[in-house]
Amino acid sequence: MTVALCATAIVVLALLWEISMPWMDRRLDARRARKEARRRGEPGAYDPGRERRAEQRARELLRSCVNEEEWAMYRDLGFLRVWGGQASGPAATHPQRDLGGVPYAYLVYPHKPIVAYLPQTGQLLNEYCVEFPDETRPYGSARLPDSDDVLAKWMALQGDERRLISEANLHLPGRQVDPRQVQRDLWRLGQWERARLTRAQRHDGAAQSARRGVAGSPDA
Amino acid sequence: MKFLRMRPGHGEQLIAEGDVEVSEDEERLVEMFRRQLDQGMWAAVPTITETGRRQAEMVRAFEDIPRDTDRVIFFPRAAGGAR
Repeated sequence: MTVALCATAIVVLALLWEISMPWMDRRLDARRARKEARRRGEPGAYDPGRERRAEQRARELLRSCVNEEEWAMYRDLGFLRVWGGQASGPAATHPQRDLGGVPYAYLVYPHKPIVAYLPQTGQLLNEYCVEFPDETRPYGSARLPDSDDVLAKWMALQGDERRLISEANLHLPGRQVDPRQVQRDLWRLGQWERARLTRAQRHDGAAQSARRGVAGSPDA
Repeated sequence: MKFLRMRPGHGEQLIAEGDVEVSEDEERLVEMFRRQLDQGMWAAVPTITETGRRQAEMVRAFEDIPRDTDRVIFFPRAAGGAR
């Protein structure tokens, strides 16, 4: 009985060895190739940890540059709203279309086109497809971290809106960003702003009550 | 003054630092600024208005950088996206 069990175990081990050898060979080859690439100074393969750390740094930089409300918007909703500054509106699909001073704004998403819209009506105006490719590709990719992409768009819109828009490819709404998604985002933004306003009012009310309480107390 | 550059897979990277009031530092910063623009970078300076609002200015020449700014951010120039 023992001899039979030992023989079976030996056969199983031999079979496992046969199956795992090619897999182990492939792993060792890949490891050797990575080591060699590192020695030559070539960028390594996609590293999720590195990308996560890059995004974390990018978020900190974004936070240090934008307004507190904008940071909270990006943190909570995943996009930024930037008000447009051109009196005639953004570059329109039809050159004769002039918004004549009506306020307009942009929704800035990471690695998606910038969407121009009219806040008063929610009407979508255009999509501006724009990228910031770094062709030095330090780690094999030309793509900035998400928050860096948002910050680049924010700075370019703030600093030179016309220049950024002129570099972008102009499309009608719906080319890349689903209009229903944008409408949902605008609704979320409205809800978010109302909640924020309510919180601020409640906070102000509590602060005033506290001040009145201190002023009206017998010790005051 | 610090020069920061956005990089894929890295986030921002400090590429130069110096005091613009020190001529050696200033020369180094001017040189680095030109090099970055030659490499096709755009440069922006985060600013704060009198009302406390945060904004950004795009700068095309070293002389356009406000002397009291503490950082200049370089990022790849915009290119039209998917057609």
